This record gives sequence, structure tokens and C-alpha cells, in this order.
Amino acid sequence: MIRIAQSALLSRHRFHWPEALFWLAAVAVYFLFPQYLAIATTVLIVALFAVSYNLAIGFAGILTLGHGLFFGIGAYCAGWIALLGWTEAVSGALASGIIAALVAGALGPFLLRLTGLPLIMVTLGVSVIVYEAANKASWLTGGDDGLTGFTMSPLLGAFRWSVFGDTKYFYALGWLFVLFYAVKRIVASPFGVSLQGIRENALRMRLIGTSTLRHLVIAYSLSAGVAGVAGALSAQSNAFVGLGVLGLDMTIDGLVIVVLGGIGTLYGALIGAPVYMLVKHFAQQWNPFYWMFVVGALLIVVVRFGRGGLLGMAQAGLAWLIRR
Amino acid sequence: MTIASFILLYGLSYGLVLCLIAVGLVVTMGLMRVVNLAHGAFAAIGGYLATGLMVQAAIPLPLAIVLAVVAVGLFSLVIERLVFVHLYTAPELDQMLLTIGLNFLAIGGLTLFFGPNVYPTKLPPYLAGSVDFGFRAFEIYRLAVIGVGLVVMATLIIVFEWTTVGARLRASVDNRSMAQAAGINVPRLFSLTFVVGSGLAALGGAIGAPMLPLEPSYPFKYLVLVLIIVALSGFGRIKDALGVSILIGITETAGRYFWPEASGFVIYVLLVAVIIWRRDGLFVRRASS
Repeated sequence: MIRIAQSALLSRHRFHWPEALFWLAAVAVYFLFPQYLAIATTVLIVALFAVSYNLAIGFAGILTLGHGLFFGIGAYCAGWIALLGWTEAVSGALASGIIAALVAGALGPFLLRLTGLPLIMVTLGVSVIVYEAANKASWLTGGDDGLTGFTMSPLLGAFRWSVFGDTKYFYALGWLFVLFYAVKRIVASPFGVSLQGIRENALRMRLIGTSTLRHLVIAYSLSAGVAGVAGALSAQSNAFVGLGVLGLDMTIDGLVIVVLGGIGTLYGALIGAPVYMLVKHFAQQWNPFYWMFVVGALLIVVVRFGRGGLLGMAQAGLAWLIRR
Repeated sequence: MTIASFILLYGLSYGLVLCLIAVGLVVTMGLMRVVNLAHGAFAAIGGYLATGLMVQAAIPLPLAIVLAVVAVGLFSLVIERLVFVHLYTAPELDQMLLTIGLNFLAIGGLTLFFGPNVYPTKLPPYLAGSVDFGFRAFEIYRLAVIGVGLVVMATLIIVFEWTTVGARLRASVDNRSMAQAAGINVPRLFSLTFVVGSGLAALGGAIGAPMLPLEPSYPFKYLVLVLIIVALSGFGRIKDALGVSILIGITETAGRYFWPEASGFVIYVLLVAVIIWRRDGLFVRRASS
């Protein structure tokens, strides 16, 4: 199972100085690579999605292969909220996240009774169903053409959504910052610790009096809410929602990032997202199909040899160096 | 009458192909409880190999299918020894991730060798026509698929139910450690089942190629359908797998016929509901708890 040092469990809610590096790096990117702000914004959004996926799969142990569903719901909600005339971005994203969380809360009591293969299968099945339904319901989703033609009003009434993308970038960074620390608090709370207990041994948690299903449903909706906000950010910053947000690719991207960064480690998503998105960006320019080899090999190598992902490997390497 | 027979024939052939693809997974999952999402890749490779051998090397179709099945069987033995042996004791999450990784490798490989588009299949002339039964003409190909599928499944059920190998298999599915204690070599049995199961998937992919088009994303595209059959059949129950597959095949064909605009997802909605309702399998008698 996933190893957690006891000290890490107790000190997890504290602020660690190395964390500041990520936020500093994110701000530095704005000044150093202004021409790459569009892809950098995508990286932040995908990182937020990975944070939410990690909350479900890494901390609560919910083996879901359908998390992209909530990203997609968030994206379409944000698109429609803007199309209906409410163009304020922050509340739009918040409302989209809440809707995604409500959907997860409604599905959860049915899905989360299952474990293992049936759970994987049903979550995958549900996301395939919704994708097909969205494809058919073009009055709602725009079908293949997607939702377009909405513009957001200036952020907080002051910052216009310029073509340079700096408003988008800091908007996404702000959401990632706030929700990352929210998830961090959740994970370190008694609720979060009991989620990890359920992940390790659901039966034992039930025997000591935890209502496991309720815990899992709450975790699932919280995670879906964060994923919904990520989807909303993608809709608002691209001013476009396509069927791709509901596709399996989105889920797989999030999953690979979580695995790459280290399942059940909070910072993993923050480190995995830039690495994965950059590799993907350049590998796809090289040849889109060799990309499949890269993803497959990455997954197999990290799962087989690198317990704890890049971060775990780095820690192990560091420990090895210190021992020498 | 003609509509009913049409749905029955098409649904039966479709269901039998699904059954051939899924049955190996039903048994291997029952034996080792490994979450294997890469099973569809074997079907895809089998389909591509058989079609490639027939179209490009001009080998007659039956021989091409046999060669493809044998090749995929041997290949799966290598994969089992290299990758899956490490998975038996791994957590489900690792199993899921690793087999998704294998799927990606398969998709990349298929694209590399056969190109990114749908790989066209061509039926040999003796299968392309149709035969008239008086009230309706039937495609020979569909009849051939039904024949092959029924013969293979019947053989499999006979082996599973009536031979010592089958008895060992059933014992190991029911209680692996007890079977091992009684002297059954479960890991070797598993290797054998894995190879046979992959070979059967290859057979399903090969004879089903005109129904389930060969494209690189095949391993993911039919994953849900295959997993639904596995989940509905319950662990290691071959006869249930046959029943479930035929039921799905006929339901989906009927759905496409009567309600074409909604097909594609109505069946999934039904199946997901059924799985949530009966999580141990459709025909498994519930433990009284």
C-alpha cells in the first residue's frame, strides 16, 4: 500500500518552505516566458484537476476512471452560465464547481458501494454514457462544434481578459492556490485521516464506527467540486467548451499526472502536471502516436519501479546520496 | 418473423464475438482477481494480425486466423511472465494503472505498424454472399461466426465442466489457497488460462473484425463492453459469460434496430444499473446476509 511516514501524517497541514518554490516558480514563469502563458494556464488548470483526482483516488482510495466527467460538467456549466448572461468569472466557476459536486453527491451513494473492478468499470461506464449523451444532445452541448460565443466581463471588475493571457494566468493560479490549500486542510483534518483509514482498510474503519459510505460520498463530491472548478476555468479561459472535456483523454491525463507526481502525495499533482504537459506538448509536436508509447512507458515504469512518483524517486535519490 | 430472425441472427453473432473476447478475462480474473484492462489489446492484435496476414501475405483466412491466435497466445505468455507475475500481489490501483499503460503501448504499436486509420477488412468470396432460407436471406459470414463461436464455446464449457483441468480451474477459482494446498499448481494453471484466454480474444478480434472495426483505439473502445460482460458474469463463470454476452448482443442489436438515435448509450445505462443492482454477477445467487 501507499507508504506514509507517521511524521508526515502529523505535520501535513503545516506550511513547508519548499512549497513556496512552486508558487514562486509559477510567478517567475509569467515574467520569464510571457509567450508561453497559454500553455502555462493549461498546466495550472490540469494541475488543479489532478489535485482533485488525487483527493479521490490517492486519499480516499476511490478507484475511479471517470473523473473527467466532473471536469466536463464544470466546463459546460461555466459555458452556459456565461451564455445565459452571467459573465462574472469567479462566481461562475464557483457555481459550476457546486453543480459538479451535487452531481457527484447524487451518483456517489450508488457508485461508491462498489469497490475494485466493478467500481472502475461503472465509473468508466458512466463517463462513456455521459459522453455519448452529450454528443447526441447538441441543443445542450453544441455537439461537435461545442459552446462558443461567450465572453467574460473583466475579472473583479478591474482586469480585462487580454489577448496576452496574463489575466487568465493569474486567475487560474489564484484558484489553484486557494483550492490546493483547501484540499490540504481537508486531507489533514480528522475527516481526511479517516478517509485514508478507509483507503487502507474499509472493513476495520466500519468496525470502529465510521460510516464509510458517507465519508466516501462527501470526499467524492468535494473532489468533483474541485474538478468542476478546473473545468470551469478551462471553459472561461478558452472561451470555448468542446466534447473533449468529457472524453476519456481528460481522465487519463489527470491519472497519469497523479501517478507521475506520486499517488497520495499532495504536491505530486503540482509537480506532475508541468512535467507531463511539457513532455506531452513536445512529444506531440514530434509525432502524436509516439506519444502513446511515452504515456504507456511512463505509467509502467513509474508504477513498477518508482513508488511515490517523481517526488518519491527524488526523495529516495536524496536519501541515497545522504547515506553515502 | 423476419425482423425477429434478423435481430436474433445479428445479435447472436455479435454476442458470440463479444463472448470470445471476454471469456478469457472472466476466467483469469476469477483465478487471480487481477484487474486487467489490457485484455482488449489482445483482441485488437489478433484482428490486425489475421487481417494483415490475409490481405498482405495472401494467406487464406482460416489459416491466417489460426496463425494470429497462436502468435497472440505466445505473445501473451511473454507478457504474463514479464508483467503480470508482478501484479498478482500488487494493489488494485497498480494493476489498473499498469494495464492502462500496456493499452497505450499496444495502441502506439498498432498505429506504428498499421497506421492511424481504420484498417479495412475484406471477406474472402466464399463468406461474402448470403444464403436464402426461404423466408429471408442471411449473410454467410454471420452464420459462420455463429458456427465458430458456438463450437469454441461448447468445447470450452465441456473442458471446464468435464475434464480434470476444468475441475482444477473451478477449484482454484472457488478457493485459491485451498486448491494450492491440495497440490494444484495455481500459477501454472493461471499462465495456461491466460494464454488460452488471450488466444480466444485474438480469435474474437479476428472473426469479429467486420463487426468491431479495427482501429488503434480498439483496446479502449470496447473496454467498457468487455468489462461489463466480466462484471455481469461473475468470477470465473464461463456459462454465465456466454449467456450475458448473447443477451447483450441481442439487446444492443434490437436497440439499434428499433431506436437507432438512442443506441450506443441506452444499453450502457441499463447495464450500469444492472451492475449496481447485482454486483456479484447477473446469474449469481446472492448470499443470504
